[in-house]
Amino acid sequence: MIKHLLSMDQLSAGDITKILDTADSLRQVTHRPIKKLPTLRGRTVCNLFYEASTRTRISFELAAKRLSADVINFSADSKSSVSKGESFKDTAWTLEAMGVDAIVVRHGSSGAPYQLSKWVKASVLNAGDGQHEHPTQALLDIFSIRERFKDLEGLRVLIVGDIVHSRVARSNVKGLVTMGADVTLIGPPTLIPAQAPSWGVKVSGDLDSVIADADVCYLLRVQRERQSEQLLPSLREYAAMWGLDARRMAKMRPDALVMHPGPMNRGVEIAADVSESPRSIILNQVANGLAVRMSLLYLMLGGRDEEEEAA
Amino acid sequence: MARAGHSETFSLKARVMEPPDVRRALRRISHEIVEHNRGTDDLVIVGIRTRGAPLADRIASSIASFESTAVPSGALDVTLYRDDVALKSPRSLESTTVPGDLDGRVVVLVDDVLYTGRTIRAAFDALLDLGRPRAIRLAVLVDRGHRELPIRADHVGKNLPTSAHEVVKVQVDEIDGEDAVLIGEYDTSVSSATAAPRAEGTRT
Repeated sequence: MIKHLLSMDQLSAGDITKILDTADSLRQVTHRPIKKLPTLRGRTVCNLFYEASTRTRISFELAAKRLSADVINFSADSKSSVSKGESFKDTAWTLEAMGVDAIVVRHGSSGAPYQLSKWVKASVLNAGDGQHEHPTQALLDIFSIRERFKDLEGLRVLIVGDIVHSRVARSNVKGLVTMGADVTLIGPPTLIPAQAPSWGVKVSGDLDSVIADADVCYLLRVQRERQSEQLLPSLREYAAMWGLDARRMAKMRPDALVMHPGPMNRGVEIAADVSESPRSIILNQVANGLAVRMSLLYLMLGGRDEEEEAA
Repeated sequence: MARAGHSETFSLKARVMEPPDVRRALRRISHEIVEHNRGTDDLVIVGIRTRGAPLADRIASSIASFESTAVPSGALDVTLYRDDVALKSPRSLESTTVPGDLDGRVVVLVDDVLYTGRTIRAAFDALLDLGRPRAIRLAVLVDRGHRELPIRADHVGKNLPTSAHEVVKVQVDEIDGEDAVLIGEYDTSVSSATAAPRAEGTRT
């Protein structure tokens, strides 16, 4: 198994399947009275978060605790030495000196987890870096789709919204294409990257023309701050053109799914009644995130890599 | 378990149990379990993955056939409870399916080969996280000795004295297409090009 998880580029279809199959077995634990396994006893996982997060940080923390690892949470805010001007590198070396086995990192700069992996001996897991990637989100999304459709080959997936700035979209595109899905990116032309056709996906500007054939409609969060950069029309116009409301949802196939990585802007990219409809698997995504992160921690920290040892 | 990356081939020395021997041993164990428990009350038969699981199912259906009452059976994956989990490559996991609530039940653990006892210790921890059985008993098809922990089986199909460098391989119909117990050795000098793929379920 891989030492660091930095990008979905690292994972083959076989690797993704192994991670998701392991997650499927680990999910059973959440249904027992004693929701803990002794597997990572004595290992330490540090959550190093330079950006705000609710579900990703809590999910990683709980995943590590369910496997009996010790967890340290570090947020780069007024309570840490970052506020005294400590550099990313010095923080990394400090954690290294304390002997952590894995660092889960979220950072505003694309490539920060890669840089970190060069400085420390610990395994590094990317929990979102700038506009680059958010691989564990993609893995839990693929797991959630697989739960309903079994096989992703040929499945029609729409990803709707601000593709340019979305690390969730970038990781999902890589993972979904690797698994053989047929991906279409939809959004305001200012927010679709020019190089998108080279990713092995289709591009469309019109949600209404493609929604009837889709198996999955994945809505990205509208980053309100983009409005001031004049990349986005008014929120009202966005909702009318690219938001999913009950009227658009009615055109979808009977078994098609609605997904969102959270946090949601209800009434903008997703109407409140859509987010709570039976098609929505948004809460399954959250629950599955725990199982997928347990699987990654087990596969990456659970044993000694014998090939590496022999080398 | 042998390390991945080594080129190994299994050289057979003897077949010590044939399909009828396995069938008779399991039938006797089934009778012993019921006799010891004075009936089938509270009994749950739980097999340790991989090859203990089909053996547990067979014991449960054997008991059901002569006692005319259904006995629940299940399967336990102990991988995440093993004491060597940090020393080896992460293994893929299989599902744990245990019927109902274990509190107050008599759990008969079933495994194919009893060797160091470490798998059984892991199984104790796995079971106790699922509930509090009134008692845990142990049934194995083969006891090959060389215990590293103070663990003893209550019901044994066959005691098989072995040396530590020998390998005992149990095959079951549901997984391997045939019931058999084989004894042999791994020849590590053979090159990987000619080495046969290592069978699952081998205890070295």
